[in-house]
Amino acid sequence: MRALRGSALLAAAALATAAAPVTAQDTKQEIQKYQRMTAESSPVELWELQGADLWKRKSGPKNASLERCDLGMGPGVVKGAYARLPRYFRDTGRVQDLESRLVTCMTTLQGLTEQEATKRVFGNADNPSDMEYLAAYVAGQSRGVKMQVSTKLPQEQATYDLGKKLFFYRAGSWDFSCASCHGTEGKRIRMQDLPVLSEPQGARGTYTTWPGYRVSVAQLKTMQWRINDCFRQQRFPEPAYGSEATVALTMFMAVNANGATYNGPGTKR
Amino acid sequence: MTKKTICLSLGALAGALAVAQFALAEPTVEELRTVLHRDFHPKGQATMDRVDQDAVQRLCTDTHDKPPVELEKALEADQLKTVVLPADGNLMGDWKRGEKIAGSGAGMTWKDKPDAANGGSCYNCHQLSPAQPSFGTIGPSLAHFAKKRGSGPEAQKYVYSKIYNAKAFNLCSQMPRMGYSGTLTEQQMKDLTAYVLDPASPVNH
Repeated sequence: MRALRGSALLAAAALATAAAPVTAQDTKQEIQKYQRMTAESSPVELWELQGADLWKRKSGPKNASLERCDLGMGPGVVKGAYARLPRYFRDTGRVQDLESRLVTCMTTLQGLTEQEATKRVFGNADNPSDMEYLAAYVAGQSRGVKMQVSTKLPQEQATYDLGKKLFFYRAGSWDFSCASCHGTEGKRIRMQDLPVLSEPQGARGTYTTWPGYRVSVAQLKTMQWRINDCFRQQRFPEPAYGSEATVALTMFMAVNANGATYNGPGTKR
Repeated sequence: MTKKTICLSLGALAGALAVAQFALAEPTVEELRTVLHRDFHPKGQATMDRVDQDAVQRLCTDTHDKPPVELEKALEADQLKTVVLPADGNLMGDWKRGEKIAGSGAGMTWKDKPDAANGGSCYNCHQLSPAQPSFGTIGPSLAHFAKKRGSGPEAQKYVYSKIYNAKAFNLCSQMPRMGYSGTLTEQQMKDLTAYVLDPASPVNH
């Protein structure tokens, strides 16, 4: 892990040197080159392996593993499950994304309280969270699978509609909605290109590469984290982890990405 | 940002929400407000009143940023009334300080200390100095602004007021109301005005 982080830092240093005296176009090309380099040496697989171990490890008051966790395709079926999430679960009566569903499995199978299961969901470079490892593992088991998120059930359709409404809702100190940054084609913040997540093209490319390993911070970030940090930058209060609002936004993006092949966990700047 | 929107009883809202969950209609603004107040919590300086919309935010949301012209003009006029110009009549600060403010994206998030200096986040969305390759494109390029628009009293008043309350000039602009929202101080807005307009500023080179 240390060696990988070191090489990422070297790549970043090389980029900084190369980009110093040049134009925006040159900088953009350098960034694209850097993105290719980092993708090739991405440590995402290590997260997936660690997550697979955690999945099988007995834990919690019930000393049970997550191997019987039902991610929507039956207990224990992991392959392809992520490409169909979020979805409605009859046992909880809720539409759930991967992370809120994992919390359900930790409480029902392992006997943790919800508070215990969500105590430390966002880790750091030195100490990633169990949730990050697990999310990487489960998502990785849908690599190559077509996104096929259902809105057939009324609860699923209602969740999509709520997500869409939230996406365009302007509020906060700076009057931002999600669409302020992700609503118009061809825009960027600083040098970072902004996908239009309300349209299939933008949603497909982006959603299918999350969760993602972020090179600049040497961490694997989950979709719940991504939404949380967007709201921080929107100058909003904080959304609760796995809340209906965050699942609804995930649903909106996931459905917009339908038909694309899932290709994550990806590697980000 | 303390405007209160329509108040309905929570019970009625919860009832409306329960029905809406199984209806195919899109959620109403009131239902959305219930979800936001239930699913979000205050953190640091980010208090819950921030999820409630004022008239501008609500109209722009409801019309997908394309409000009817008459309403747009009326609300823009209201917004212009919120602009407080510096009492000393001097709108041009120090462009060098302005450059730092333009480059900083700090401020107003739950991680930012309320008493720390905020940035203007200008470079996140605008090109300013042609020598700075890292700029966003959500807003228009402001490179050589003074060459195009002059740097006299009228230009100064416009730039300062635009920074203070961008919605006074384009109601559903994505640009934050930096003075109105309490993000930037009078001195910071003067420094930014100078950064955009001072002939010595790199923006105009």
